Amino acid sequence: MLKKLREDKALQGTLLVSPTLLFMVGLLIIPLILTLVISFGRRDADGGVIYTFSLANYARLIGFSTNCSNGVNFCWDTLYVDIGLRSLVLAFQTTVCVILMAFPLAYFIARAEPKRRNTFLFLVLVPLWTNFVIRVYAWMMLLRTQGVINGLLGWIAGLFNLPFQPLDMLYTPGAVLVGMIYEFLPFMILPIYTSLEKIENSLYEAAADLGANPIFTFLRVTLPLALPGIVAGTILVFIPVMGTFIVSDILGGRQVILVGNLIQNQFLSARDPTFGSAASLILMVLTLIVTYFYTRKFGFGEEIIAV
Amino acid sequence: MNEIAVELRDVVKKFQTPEGTVLSAVDHVDLQIKNGEFFSLLGSSGCGKTTSLRMIAGFEWPTAGEVYIGDIPMGHKPPFLRPVNTVFQNYALFQHLTVQENIAFGLEMHKVPKPEITKRVGEALEMVKLAGMGKRKPKQLSGGQQQRVALARALVNRPSVLLLDEPLGALDLKLRKEMQIELKSLQQEVGITFVYVTHDQEEALTMSDRIAVMSHGKVKQMGSAVEIYERPNCRFVADFIGESNFLRGKVTGVERETASAFIPELNAEISGIRASDLIVGQTTAVSIRPEKIRLSPSSVLNHNCFEGKVVTTTYIGSDTHIIVDINGIRVKVWEQNKISSLDPKAYYYQGQQVWVILFPENTLLMHEDEV
Repeated sequence: MLKKLREDKALQGTLLVSPTLLFMVGLLIIPLILTLVISFGRRDADGGVIYTFSLANYARLIGFSTNCSNGVNFCWDTLYVDIGLRSLVLAFQTTVCVILMAFPLAYFIARAEPKRRNTFLFLVLVPLWTNFVIRVYAWMMLLRTQGVINGLLGWIAGLFNLPFQPLDMLYTPGAVLVGMIYEFLPFMILPIYTSLEKIENSLYEAAADLGANPIFTFLRVTLPLALPGIVAGTILVFIPVMGTFIVSDILGGRQVILVGNLIQNQFLSARDPTFGSAASLILMVLTLIVTYFYTRKFGFGEEIIAV
Repeated sequence: MNEIAVELRDVVKKFQTPEGTVLSAVDHVDLQIKNGEFFSLLGSSGCGKTTSLRMIAGFEWPTAGEVYIGDIPMGHKPPFLRPVNTVFQNYALFQHLTVQENIAFGLEMHKVPKPEITKRVGEALEMVKLAGMGKRKPKQLSGGQQQRVALARALVNRPSVLLLDEPLGALDLKLRKEMQIELKSLQQEVGITFVYVTHDQEEALTMSDRIAVMSHGKVKQMGSAVEIYERPNCRFVADFIGESNFLRGKVTGVERETASAFIPELNAEISGIRASDLIVGQTTAVSIRPEKIRLSPSSVLNHNCFEGKVVTTTYIGSDTHIIVDINGIRVKVWEQNKISSLDPKAYYYQGQQVWVILFPENTLLMHEDEV
């Protein structure tokens, strides 16, 4: 038995992948197929599923509506398309902001003394020790009308005897963006750091030696060599931001509905799992399309993943 | 045109060590490197040779003193404003660019027009025998080829001085020897001043017009290969360049060109060439190269001649290395095997009584320095 295991490479391979494979088939592939099947079904009166083949859920998602005013049979309602677009735009904004913030920091850490780098990386990871939801709630404390930021602003205004109207920051798209940036920043810092850390100092020196000023050195050497990290970070940030609902739920309230909130809603409050399934699949397809075009242009950040 | 390509005037570079002490990596160095010269900075690691080179390139700035390129003081000019280019020890090629993009990098930075860049990159590739490899990435090339790309990338800019930091260090011996010859002929072809940092004395002797031997941040001696090898001015240089036997003595007489010293261990006076300033009464190092010692199986009555016994002989093909014991002092002697003989009697053997002749014209008296 052991002898066979030692010699049979195929058996070894099977044994190595099977735990993950079983897990994935059971908890990803089968649920995904179920989701697909359900998405073609119809909701019954109690929130159960009637299994048929109906494209009604998808039609509704792209804006085809039968629930129209003034007695028309059908009309266009862009509610869900808007939610999709809003999610895309927010994911895009978050990714760009996170890159802009993460890059200088990652560069700083990569150029620090080797001994201090680990300390800095440790500090980057510290926020991840606290529960995701709790961190988002903390932002609520900061942003609300009677919150820390308004309190501080009011106090400063008071010092100068200026009139102060508390700012409405909570439940705005800006609040959601800030929350997203806060949550996902570490996932961009780490891959960019990994790629920057690999750039030997002599490369910067070589660029300077060949006549490149710091700006050219950045554009022609630093940035291209950091690209795999940026790509890997973008994949790690963009995809979750597209799907998450906690940040928008807590910091956006009813005001900022994203695809994630829509799906959550359908399953938990609207009790329409068929429409929720359709929305989930559309989200997946949307994310795949964006990722596909992005990685086709920039690769998968293979160098980072290979490390 | 100015005679001097690079000059270091009383240059000092101090570094803070991690332990908090201050280290003088370069300690009051004066150097004048002439136009078109192949100049080597030679020394063991930590002697300050690389720091000196980096100060010329602009990667480091002197703590005191001044670096001149041409006759312009460089002050705190950054590297990208200096008319020099560097070939790095690890080549420092841009892995994300192709070979020809690497070579074109400097020209693009200097806003050379596109057609001229193409032309010059092509010429540079040909010069380093890499024509046709331009589209490859550096990773796809061998170490020797990468080395040539680094060379082409620097030379294509036609710098007034090319700085080379142990560029052959990573190559295997055979390739290194080939590249030494190639580098030297390339330098003569392009006529650019080369400043070459190496710890390999043979490499320095092979290629350089002049060599500065450095130790502990100071220049010990500067001169041609012949001068450095035949007239080392202190024990450190005599010891570092090639091999040498040393006897310790007290100076008994100093002439213009010659000197003599009493060697207590031999209980005899030795005379030789005065290789540095000496004063009567001073301790001195008497240095004699192993290949310049003559052995004789029979007694020779001569000044500078001592009786001894062969301790070991090692046949190495072209030479036989013999260690002779004179009064407890061991002396290395290299005898060239001039006769093709299979007879063991044609060679010296262990225990043989021999006479060791230290010709005064091959014997050097010099500073017994601390190092």
